[in-house]
Amino acid sequence: MTEIVFFLFGAIALGSAINILVQKHVLYSALSMIVMLGSIAGLFVLLHAEMLAVVQILVYAGAIMVLFVFVIMLLNVGREGESPDPLRWLKFVGIPAGLFLLSLLSSSVWHAESGPQTASTFIGSPEAIGSSLFTDYLLPFEATSVLILIAIVGALVLAKREL
Amino acid sequence: MIPITWYLILGAMLFVIGVFGFFLKRNIIALLLSIEIMLNAVNLTFVAFSSGSGVVDGQVFVFFIMVVAAAEVAVGLALVIALFRNRESLDVDSASLMKW
Amino acid sequence: MTGYLTSTTFLVLLTKMVVIFGVVLTSLAYVTLLERKVMAWIQMRPGPNRVGPLGLLQPLADGLKFLFKEDIIPTSANKIIYIASPAISLIPALLVFAVIPFGPDLQITDLNVGLLFIFAVTSLGVYGIVLGGWASNSKYPLMGGLRASAQMISYELSLTLSVIGVLMIANTLSLQELTELQGGVWFGFVPRWNVFLQPVAFCIFVVSAIAETNRLPFDLAEAEQELVGGWHTEFSSMKFAMFFLAEYANMITASSVATILFLGGWNGPSFGPWWVEMALPTLWFLTKVLGFILFYMILRATLPRIRYDQLMAFGWKVLLLLALANVVVTSLLVAVGVL
Repeated sequence: MTEIVFFLFGAIALGSAINILVQKHVLYSALSMIVMLGSIAGLFVLLHAEMLAVVQILVYAGAIMVLFVFVIMLLNVGREGESPDPLRWLKFVGIPAGLFLLSLLSSSVWHAESGPQTASTFIGSPEAIGSSLFTDYLLPFEATSVLILIAIVGALVLAKREL
Repeated sequence: MIPITWYLILGAMLFVIGVFGFFLKRNIIALLLSIEIMLNAVNLTFVAFSSGSGVVDGQVFVFFIMVVAAAEVAVGLALVIALFRNRESLDVDSASLMKW
Repeated sequence: MTGYLTSTTFLVLLTKMVVIFGVVLTSLAYVTLLERKVMAWIQMRPGPNRVGPLGLLQPLADGLKFLFKEDIIPTSANKIIYIASPAISLIPALLVFAVIPFGPDLQITDLNVGLLFIFAVTSLGVYGIVLGGWASNSKYPLMGGLRASAQMISYELSLTLSVIGVLMIANTLSLQELTELQGGVWFGFVPRWNVFLQPVAFCIFVVSAIAETNRLPFDLAEAEQELVGGWHTEFSSMKFAMFFLAEYANMITASSVATILFLGGWNGPSFGPWWVEMALPTLWFLTKVLGFILFYMILRATLPRIRYDQLMAFGWKVLLLLALANVVVTSLLVAVGVL
C-alpha cells in the first residue's frame, strides 16, 4: 500500500518538476511548483514527518509560492523564448551530463543503510521537533530569526522606488 | 517498508532536474524556481535519512532550510523587481552590462 | 490491500466521510438562504419566502438557476486557469472538514498536527482568488484578486499567532484533544472554555477570520460599489456559484475552528435519556457554529465597509502587534504556572 502511494507521489513530483522546466510561461511553472511542493509534502508524511509536511504546505506552498505568483503577476511577464537563445546547443549536451550527475548521486546512495526501521511515529511529531529545536538547536533557531529580520529589511529596501 | 534508497534516488532525480532548470532557463524567476526545486530535493534527502536512522535532527535541519529558502526567495524577488524596473525585461542575458 | 478496503474501519471511515461531506454541502446551500433571511429581517423585510414553505427550497432554485445560466468564457481569458480557479477556491474550504470533530468520535481523522493542517489548507485558498482574478484578463478582476489575496495573507499572520496562546495552554495540536481539554466547569457553572482564558486572542481570531474570509466589513475586494465584482466579475453560472459557495464554506470553516478553539467544541451540559445524550455533543457543536455564523451575518448587515488602506494598516500595525503581545503574555503566564 505504501509503495503505491510512494510511486504516486514520486511520479507527481517528477512530472511537475519536469513541467516546471518545459513550460514557456513562468506562471505555469510556478503552478507546477505548487503541485510539486504538495507531492513532496505527501512524501514527508510517508516518512513519518507529518509536522514537516504540514509546515511545508503552510510555508512553501502557502507563502513562498504566493510571493512568486504575486511578483509574476505584477511584473506581467510575457512568454519566454522571444529572442533566440544563443546557447541552444547546451540543452543537448546537458542531458547526458545531467544523467551522469544523476548516476553519480545514485551510486553514492545505492547502498545507504537505514538503521533499525523504527516505525516510531513520535519522531515526526511536533513534540519531538519542538524539544529538539529549542534545546539542542536553540542558537541556530535564534540566528534564523535574525536572518528573517535581515531578509525583511533587505526586501523592503531593494524593492522601493526611491530610497 | 520502502527502503530509504528509493527516496534518496528520487531526491537525486529532483536535484538533477533543478540543476537542469538552473542552467537552461533564461527567465530569472524560473531560475529562482529551479533553486527551490534543488532545495526541496535536499529537504527530501534529509527527511529520508532522518526517518531511516530514527533521529529527529534531519527534520530540524529541514526547518532551517525552509527558513533560509523563504528569506532567499524574498530578497531574490526584491532584486528581480529592482532589476525589472531598470531593464523592462526578465531575461538573464539582458543583465550583462558587466560582461567584458 | 483488499483486506483493508473491506475492513470495518475503512467502511466506518467511508460512512463518516459521506455523512460529513453531505451535511457540509447541504448546510452550505442553506447557509446562503439563512444569510439572505437574516439580512432581510435586519432590514425589516421578509426575505425569500416564495419558493417552498418559508423559502426553504430557495437554494434549490438558485442552484438550478446557476446551472441553466449561459456559461460565458471571455476570449482573452486564460482558459485552463480560468476554469480551474473556482475549484481551487472550493477545495481547501471543504478539505478542512476532514479534521473537525463534530462529536467525541465523529471525526474523519484526528491528525496529531490537526490545527496546523487547518491553517496550511486555508492558506492555499488564496490561490483560487488570485488565479481567478488574473485569468480573467481584465482590470477589475485583477485588482480585486490582488487586493483580496494581499488582505488574506496579511491577516493569516494574526490568525495563526492568535492561536498560539491556546496551543501553549493545551500543549497539543490535535483538535480532539483541544476539545476534550475544554470540558468541565469552574465554580460549578462557568464552562472551561478557552475564551475565558484567552479573551484577547479570541477577539483577534474573530477579526482575522472575518478578514480572511473576505466578509463585510472587510470585503472591499469584492464589493459591488467599488470593484464591480472583484475577482469574480467575469465568472458566470456554475463557476460563479462555486466561488460563492467557497466563500460560505470558508465562513463555516472559520466558525467551526473558532468554536473548537475557543468555545469548547462539542462540550456542553448533557442530560436526558441515553439517545439524547449521544446526540447532544453534536447538537452543542452545531449550535455554537450556527451562533457564529449568525454573528457573521449580523456583522454583514450592520457594519460599513472599511477602506483598503485602513484595512491593511489595521492588520499589520494593530492586530499583528496585539497577537504578538498576547503570545508573550500568555507564555509568561504559562511559564509561571497560572494558566
